[in-house]
Amino acid sequence: MAELVVDLTVREIGRAAEEVLGKPVIVTAETDIARDLSVDSLALMNIVMELEDKFDLSIPLDRMADIQTVGQLAALIDELRTKV
Amino acid sequence: MGLLDKHLPQIRAYSSILEHGADPFNVRFDAVLSPTEAELNGRRVILLGTNNYLGLTFDPDCVEASVEAVRRWGTGTTGSRIANGSFNGHLAMEQSLARFYGRKNAMVFTTGYQANLGVLSALVGRGDHLILDADSHASIYDGARLGHAEVIRFRHNDPEDLYKRLRRLEGVPGDRLIVVEGIYSMMGDVAPLKEIVDVKRQTNAYLLVDEAHSMGVLGEHGRGLAEAEGVEDDVDFVVGTFSKSLGAIGGFCVSDVDDFDILRVVSRPYMFTASLPPAVVASTLKALEQAEADRTLRPRLQANAERLFHGLNALGFTTGPKPSPIVAVVMPDLPVALTMWNALLAGGVYLNLALPPATPNNRPLLRTSISAAHSPEQIDHVLDVFEWVGRELGVLPAAGQRASG
Repeated sequence: MAELVVDLTVREIGRAAEEVLGKPVIVTAETDIARDLSVDSLALMNIVMELEDKFDLSIPLDRMADIQTVGQLAALIDELRTKV
Repeated sequence: MGLLDKHLPQIRAYSSILEHGADPFNVRFDAVLSPTEAELNGRRVILLGTNNYLGLTFDPDCVEASVEAVRRWGTGTTGSRIANGSFNGHLAMEQSLARFYGRKNAMVFTTGYQANLGVLSALVGRGDHLILDADSHASIYDGARLGHAEVIRFRHNDPEDLYKRLRRLEGVPGDRLIVVEGIYSMMGDVAPLKEIVDVKRQTNAYLLVDEAHSMGVLGEHGRGLAEAEGVEDDVDFVVGTFSKSLGAIGGFCVSDVDDFDILRVVSRPYMFTASLPPAVVASTLKALEQAEADRTLRPRLQANAERLFHGLNALGFTTGPKPSPIVAVVMPDLPVALTMWNALLAGGVYLNLALPPATPNNRPLLRTSISAAHSPEQIDHVLDVFEWVGRELGVLPAAGQRASG
């Protein structure tokens, strides 16, 4: 069940990345955001802003320091969602 | 594997920029002749990218005050104010700034960058919330990282988006500090400060305005956007710099908040940097006097900004929305931007090449900053060079054809 939630979040991250980058992307939980998606720090911050709106929550930038993969970002989002 | 291999993408990008000609990030002036002219490779260029808004860098009174201070007080303070003490000038500077802004407290930093680092990291800490405009200057982002507060961005100049993000924090403990800029340094656009003040009031947040590019430029007395918009009472902290309108280097914060002076012993960028040298303080004090007393500076700056803005738009270039002392010309892509920048420099016009990610919407910009010291003839000459280069490179339609719209 928890895995399914993460899968849905991963899909939303893919959609947010497509919106910010303006091109189709394929993401899995293992996708390395900087390396595989060629996302610079600014684009990543913009993706975070999209995700905040999609999930109606706050993702503080300071929490992003340890995030490398899409799966880690999805886990952070799910943690923030359950906190609310 | 070399230590700096982690920067290989940047090394490659920089090399490809250099292939286009001069190095836009390492221009070497052989001489600076005035606030608006310099010598480069044996020829004169018009300075149109130096943030010297009031043109005070060669003001005789400022220069004289600086010379006198260096003779009397020496070349430097050789340490921070908490370790080595303050000189009269530091205190006079703080008193002058407090009086200029009509605030109880003022604090001077060694650079504008450090003012943001020192203020943001000390005002909010763990458990607090820092709400930044997405297009904030690097010093604001770096100050945010230094302070351990939770950092949330809102969409550039969008008060509704700001409100939405603050509403999400409802019920969450901790203070909220909203940070915006008076004039944004890349496109020259201004913050919708009245609307942002409304949001601040509704959400019980504090508000800090960075007036780095608007001090001396906006408002009847030159106090910046907050003065121009009539909302100074709702701005809790003003941060600014001495390195633009005041023609030197240094930064400051003014506020009416209680216990302000505690910042002097909790703000690490203040505590662990040598204080401003006496010569810099002396010229800055004089420049603040001039900025306040000479009521002709701001109208001249505004007239020059409008002349350049309307001229560029009439030629068919894409700029920001309104005349401002910063006029940015949007370039379609990096190769065109680089070729244009090199051709303008060869034509005797120096301006800034600004590249993503420092620019909004991933577009390269040719960024100009205008001075009260420019003559109308200099602005017209710049427009001639822009037109010629634009047509040569096909950024504008060839002569004889009119740009549509």
